[in-house]
Amino acid sequence: MPVKTVYETSIEHVSILDEHGKFDAKLGEGLIPDEDVVKLYEHMSVCRHYDEVAFKLQRSGRMGTYPQNMGQEAASLGAAYALQKDDWFVTCYRENAGLFWHGLPMEHVLLHWMGDERGNEIPEGCYCTPLAIPIGTQMLHAAGLAWAAKYNGENRIACTFFGDGATSEGDFHEAANFAANLDLPVVFVCQNNSWAISVPTKIQCSAPTVAQRGIAYGMPCVQVDGNDLFAMVKVIRDAAVRARDEKRPTFIEAVTYRLGDHTTADDARRYRDADEVEMWKKRDPLIRLRLFLDERKLWTTKKEEALQASAKEIVSAVVKRAEEIAEPTTNDIFDHTFAEIPPNLRVQRSTLRTHSLGQDPSPLRDTQAASAPTR
Amino acid sequence: MANLTLVQAINLALTQEMEDDERVILLGEDVGKNGGVFRATEGLHKRFGPGRVVDTPLAESGIIGTAIGLAMGGLRPVPEIQFEGFLGPAYDQICTHAARFRTRTRGALTVPLTIRVPVGGGIHAPELHSDSPESIYAHTPGLKVVMPASPYDAKGLLVSAIRDPDPVIFFEPKRIYRAFREEVPEDEYTVPIGSARVVAEGSDITMISWGASVIQCMNAVEAASASIELIDLRTIYPIDTPTIVESVKKTGRVVIVHEAPRTCGLGAELATQIMEHCFLHLEAPIQRVTGFDTVMPYYKLELEYLPDAQRIGEAVEQVAAY
Ligand SMILES: Cc1ncc(C[n+]2csc(CCOP(=O)(O)OP(=O)(O)O)c2C)c(N)n1
Ligand SMILES: [Mg+2]
Repeated sequence: MPVKTVYETSIEHVSILDEHGKFDAKLGEGLIPDEDVVKLYEHMSVCRHYDEVAFKLQRSGRMGTYPQNMGQEAASLGAAYALQKDDWFVTCYRENAGLFWHGLPMEHVLLHWMGDERGNEIPEGCYCTPLAIPIGTQMLHAAGLAWAAKYNGENRIACTFFGDGATSEGDFHEAANFAANLDLPVVFVCQNNSWAISVPTKIQCSAPTVAQRGIAYGMPCVQVDGNDLFAMVKVIRDAAVRARDEKRPTFIEAVTYRLGDHTTADDARRYRDADEVEMWKKRDPLIRLRLFLDERKLWTTKKEEALQASAKEIVSAVVKRAEEIAEPTTNDIFDHTFAEIPPNLRVQRSTLRTHSLGQDPSPLRDTQAASAPTR
Repeated sequence: MANLTLVQAINLALTQEMEDDERVILLGEDVGKNGGVFRATEGLHKRFGPGRVVDTPLAESGIIGTAIGLAMGGLRPVPEIQFEGFLGPAYDQICTHAARFRTRTRGALTVPLTIRVPVGGGIHAPELHSDSPESIYAHTPGLKVVMPASPYDAKGLLVSAIRDPDPVIFFEPKRIYRAFREEVPEDEYTVPIGSARVVAEGSDITMISWGASVIQCMNAVEAASASIELIDLRTIYPIDTPTIVESVKKTGRVVIVHEAPRTCGLGAELATQIMEHCFLHLEAPIQRVTGFDTVMPYYKLELEYLPDAQRIGEAVEQVAAY
């Protein structure tokens, strides 16, 4: 037979708790203990409130550009819940819920968007990288972090997040190829939220699923309802076991939706239909989690009221911490450039608050004047 | 004549060049239906259709690499890179390929390509949305580098860039995209690449700058007691050396202002050229007012980093008093 099929495959889609609250007990029972579901729901609610407050901070001029996470909370939270605390969490900027669960203090993300690098000062013992602004670059770092863990004989794995748009960047493909060919313990999670600013996913990927991109690199891949916390936990757990025990990567496409504008600098009405947004509002990960809790009698209106009140308190305390941080000094511009500041940079730093305002005064005759402080 | 902002002038230049020349096509991230994140391509997708105003996959290397092919294939592509901080992935295609095709094929294959890139700080933007990498590209042989500081120049220079037979990086100082308006002729005109503009004539000090810093310089010139000749370079490469030399021979004192880091910034090249051509005319060491040799800070500190009228004024005083 001159022509034969040498490879055939299919892509699975995993869904456990659907948008109507229908729960697949066969897949989902026992996956997350009830008390944890409650905690995750509470956390997700706090994160939703945080997102709303962050949006308002930007609108009222108290913060710079901010990318809303609204509607995508389940994807990163499910992952953070399924991972170990010392696994690497290598994110983009729509993973607040997972980052906070993984241990990043909530004010850090606000500080970042308030134009303050101290937001990226990740506390000791928190295994995450800073929010990634250059799209599609961080997956390679995840591959390297996973490689280092393997090299060091650690049990740690790396889980990395990125958007559908990011899968168009060359770096994404290089990361997938490295991870698969060098047997690296990485979990790739693409949050396919239908849009990359104004560009729909079909411009990034002509294949019927983004998930199948993993096939090309020889790694297991799966599509999952990214707004379904249970399904996320399941696929991440499977992938984490594969990474930890077999040192093999997995590619996960989490199908979700960006309910807000791309960022506060964007106006999505210019390019997408309101109907589409309305349809996805019904698939909100919070709504279905609440339906689940109601169904199991794990929740009451009273609890909800208390939760909303405590979310307000938590978030306003976070905002306070972010806003009340001391003003950065001009030394901050210089002091973290190198482990040890080189002499020429020291001159720039030391003259910044003098008469010469950072311009090297040495070529001038009157260096006396240059060292007289003016402010 | 219309009273336009810089970004509107760019939109007008693109519109007219597309009207006049079917070979001109636009490509990039969000340039289509959304009209670009700064709205530089607003309305063009509707007017010229998705075949000529193309929303591409999110891949800067892909955008520039295919634009090189389009250019060698007879078109006049005008790709947009959304922010200068994302030139990184395209660096290889720009410097290894766009800049070199003419040389390595002895002119058999050429790359008439205009890469539009918003540049510089001062707009409270996130990380990697505020850098000033112009000297990296000025240092790459085979590329022309342009940066207008006014709506009039933006239109005239963009038309020149699109018609240029070689690759041009067209940096658009985003801080002044909408900062002021200026009369911009509807009628066709060009501003030649490689020619600086004397913004204000003066006799005591020559001040050289480009991009958004020109506006800071204008403020400093107004505040200074010395008579300052302000030169807006407009083209970063090739440098208009004669205009500078003529001015410095008159004044003998020079202040150079740029946002980019100090070391290996274009100021270093300018100072050397002045030294080469005007050594015996110099009355004081040349002063540079620049960004620092640091990563561009997040926006809380960006105004400490960017040269402002106060810092420029300080340098003016020191140069004048020498
Ligand atoms: C390398 C790079 N190019 C362009 C941009 C500008 N930009 C910021 S977000 C974005 C779209 C990202 O889309 P996607 O990867 O789907 O993530 P999403 O924002 O939808 O979560 C673009 C083009 C960037 N930040 N980095
Ligand atoms: Mg997306």
